[in-house]
Amino acid sequence: MEHIVIIGNGIAGVTLARHIRKKSDSKITIVSSETEFFFSRTALMYVFMGHMKFEHTQSYENNFWKKNKIDLVQGVVIAVVPDSKEIILANNNRLKYDKLVLATGSKPNKYGWPGQDLQGVTGLYHKQDLEALEKWAPSTKRAVIVGGGLIGIELAEMLRSRNIAVTFLVREKSFWDGVLPFGESQMINRHILEHHIDLRLETNLVEILSDKNGHARAIVTDKGETIECEIVGLTAGVSPNIDFLKDSGIEIGKGVKVNRFLETNIKDIYAIGDCAEQHEAIALRRPIEAVWYTGRMMGEVLAQTVTGTRTAYKPGHWFNSAKFLDIEYQTYGWVWAIAKEDEEQFYWEHPSGKKAIRISFDKKDRTFLGINTFGIRMRHEFFDKVLTNKETVDYVIKHLAKANFDPEFFASYEKEIQKQFTSPSIGLKTK
Amino acid sequence: MSKSVKNISIASHENIRMDGIQKLGVAIGLLGLFIMTLALFNVSFPNKGLWLTGSIVAIFTGIIIYSNRSYLNKPAGIKNNGVWHQDFTNRGSWAWMTGIILTSFYIVLYWFPQYLGLNQDGGTNTGIVGFFDPLSYILNGKVASQWFVYGTLYTVAILGLGYKFILKYRHNKYQLVRTISVMFFQLGFAFLIPEILEKLNPDKAYFAKDLKNMWPLNYYFFNDWHLKGMLEGGNLGLFMLFFGIAMIFIISPILTYFYGKRWYCSWVCGCGGLAETAGDGFRHLSSKTETSWKIERWMIHLVLVFSFVMTIAVIFTFLSNNPEMSFITKDHFIWGIITFLVVFTGALYLFKRKELDTDAVYTMLSLVAIIIISLLINYFSGNQNILFIDSNSLREWYGFAIGAAFSGVVGVGFYPIMGNRVWCRFGCPMAAILGLQQRLFSKFRITTNGGQCISCGNCSTYCEMGIDVRSYAEKGENIVRSSCVGCGICAAVCPRGVLKLENDTPAGRINSNEILLGNDVDLMDLINQK
Repeated sequence: MEHIVIIGNGIAGVTLARHIRKKSDSKITIVSSETEFFFSRTALMYVFMGHMKFEHTQSYENNFWKKNKIDLVQGVVIAVVPDSKEIILANNNRLKYDKLVLATGSKPNKYGWPGQDLQGVTGLYHKQDLEALEKWAPSTKRAVIVGGGLIGIELAEMLRSRNIAVTFLVREKSFWDGVLPFGESQMINRHILEHHIDLRLETNLVEILSDKNGHARAIVTDKGETIECEIVGLTAGVSPNIDFLKDSGIEIGKGVKVNRFLETNIKDIYAIGDCAEQHEAIALRRPIEAVWYTGRMMGEVLAQTVTGTRTAYKPGHWFNSAKFLDIEYQTYGWVWAIAKEDEEQFYWEHPSGKKAIRISFDKKDRTFLGINTFGIRMRHEFFDKVLTNKETVDYVIKHLAKANFDPEFFASYEKEIQKQFTSPSIGLKTK
Repeated sequence: MSKSVKNISIASHENIRMDGIQKLGVAIGLLGLFIMTLALFNVSFPNKGLWLTGSIVAIFTGIIIYSNRSYLNKPAGIKNNGVWHQDFTNRGSWAWMTGIILTSFYIVLYWFPQYLGLNQDGGTNTGIVGFFDPLSYILNGKVASQWFVYGTLYTVAILGLGYKFILKYRHNKYQLVRTISVMFFQLGFAFLIPEILEKLNPDKAYFAKDLKNMWPLNYYFFNDWHLKGMLEGGNLGLFMLFFGIAMIFIISPILTYFYGKRWYCSWVCGCGGLAETAGDGFRHLSSKTETSWKIERWMIHLVLVFSFVMTIAVIFTFLSNNPEMSFITKDHFIWGIITFLVVFTGALYLFKRKELDTDAVYTMLSLVAIIIISLLINYFSGNQNILFIDSNSLREWYGFAIGAAFSGVVGVGFYPIMGNRVWCRFGCPMAAILGLQQRLFSKFRITTNGGQCISCGNCSTYCEMGIDVRSYAEKGENIVRSSCVGCGICAAVCPRGVLKLENDTPAGRINSNEILLGNDVDLMDLINQK
């Protein structure tokens, strides 16, 4: 019987295993060093905040794996040997495979800051990071978070939930402004301050100072300021977790190089999820996509290939979501932080400053290109169809009510938005 | 799972502790309860009316101070920080103590009301029952009973903690409207109107009951004293009889078709009202395992069969003993019931066979069991004896086991241990009937938003009915479950805007996707369509 070995039990690896099992009886083994069972990484923050227990982050009951004959091995893979088709674990056990899938995810970036390996310094990615935070939190008065992206703001929210003071160092002029246009980014800045988070824009980490026990005691910024703290959160992005593949002969760039079929340069070895790097980016996407949804989609696709129907990874229209403290964010299609030359953007913000939408469209033929929505839930299906049918911005504005996905009785803002869009006195607000 | 959360240090700032104002609120509220406890232990108060007012005002004031301080000084949003860290909401010692006190209260209330001060020989009441006399005189013109005390406290709990719930979810208008609805129905239809009707019609005992409570949740609706009371109660009595029957056979099915069972369970019902307000802090304690889902289906349908058989037996005996009060005979009745159920079950099997999931199969089996037992009743029963059991004792056993022990002692007493919907989930026969309809003949469903689910599990954790909402959301599948009471909390706590309660056309309501929206269109078509 064919043996499929998957390294990594995150969303990509587990989705793959489930879909293979639906189509075939092959022996499936998932190897992970992090946890015995699959859990939702995105939910770790809620465990720290006391919204959930760790077991609630697990989508499947523990007997699911046995029932579906998916073998789970806990261990660290230290090497892949393609010639003999086996992997080597840290305890020197060897595992033979017929097909190998690398789904090892990411690790937090560390840019060689002095003190980056001290006690009290952590990223927020693995379950072990959460355990470290739990250990340090009771004796922490202040934490400093370095890196203004999605994980940074989540970590800030977590620590604030335990009444720990938080200083948030952001390299950019405004929060996440490489992705968010000015209006939205400013809105999130304000919301961060509302939650009593000490936001420092255009500020970088220089070094982390140690106490006599090797625990972080303070950080120094590039403005020359020393901030005392007991926890330092490093959340300046992630990169593929592939160090163990160095000498395997598998082609590596920043991630594991794959073609459209998610195949590596070596036969019967594939890579999916955060650790996979496309030779050439697909459409406007990045070559490496460290996003929950794309990890899942690659798993769905590769299951077809592995079970005999060779299928290319062709993700549909881009979508994503996040939650910035209390403000929910969804995006469908592409809205760039700064509109490209042939694009026009329409921006509406509610007077409360907590709801906003931005629509990007083609200047010439008014084709709808994408939407950012804050504090208003929108229907994925609606925008997926709009993007496929290449509808115009006018069509979208007219049918905004159909796109709404807020709970019943919620106030609707379609009329205000439509008014602003069509009113000649206001015109297009594109700040 | 994480071991470090068990923090019992009072000085630590790791866990959220109450500040001075929150503590003041709790203290004032407890003071109100303490005054009532003193009354319970027969401390005699000089001016009962004043002290009773004082204690109720103290409870409300305490709740208002506590809630304002807890929620109004923070931005609106989901407020579940520390839920699993706190002893009270994570089955700690405070939770067990509260559970034991509530359970004891229900036991005394149902079976030993003399300890509450009820004078069963008709003399003057003492204790807490006597303490409530002044309010009872104002509302219904009589001395208080243990049920009056209970009804008042129940209403105070729904109103006070309903206020707290509203502040907690003040960003969510669905929660706001729904909570105002349960508060309104409790105060008006379950408390004030019945009491006042009783005052106006002092000889008609059946009015002092929750008006919106319908059979089979209101299991005594067809009991002989209740039927007689209505039949002999003139126009008003007949109106109550017809309204009660119309609720069961016309109003309820129509509303459930359009809105799902939520119109009752989380908007109107008193049990639901208490669960949603006083019980909100315990909603995450419901078990989500597949095993408890299996137990749930067994139990709720067994109770359904029990309640049907009990009611059929009671009406059968009533018709046997009082043939002059009705235009139908006991034979008409039994055959009528059997015909109705056979036609109903047959139609269900004929037209809905393909959609019948396990829930519905259980319900059908229940109905068939009822039919067979009804037949047996007809042939093996005398006037009083139903299948050789006295129909009175059958009724008493139902009242004891289901009406009191299950819905009260376990249903509310176990809030802090098993969650706030134990009764609604495992025991309520009304929920079983509405659930069948919701599963098969309703426009209601919870829609999932394309591919946006991140499997975080907030929805499942906070589902008070123990539905594993995530298992549907991560498959992009609508949630169409008979047990869903439509409280809308799953949609509220979802951080990615994935869930929405909707009423839409029944076609395509139950869907199933192997691959979610956002992936290769051809692949989605290929795999989802088989």
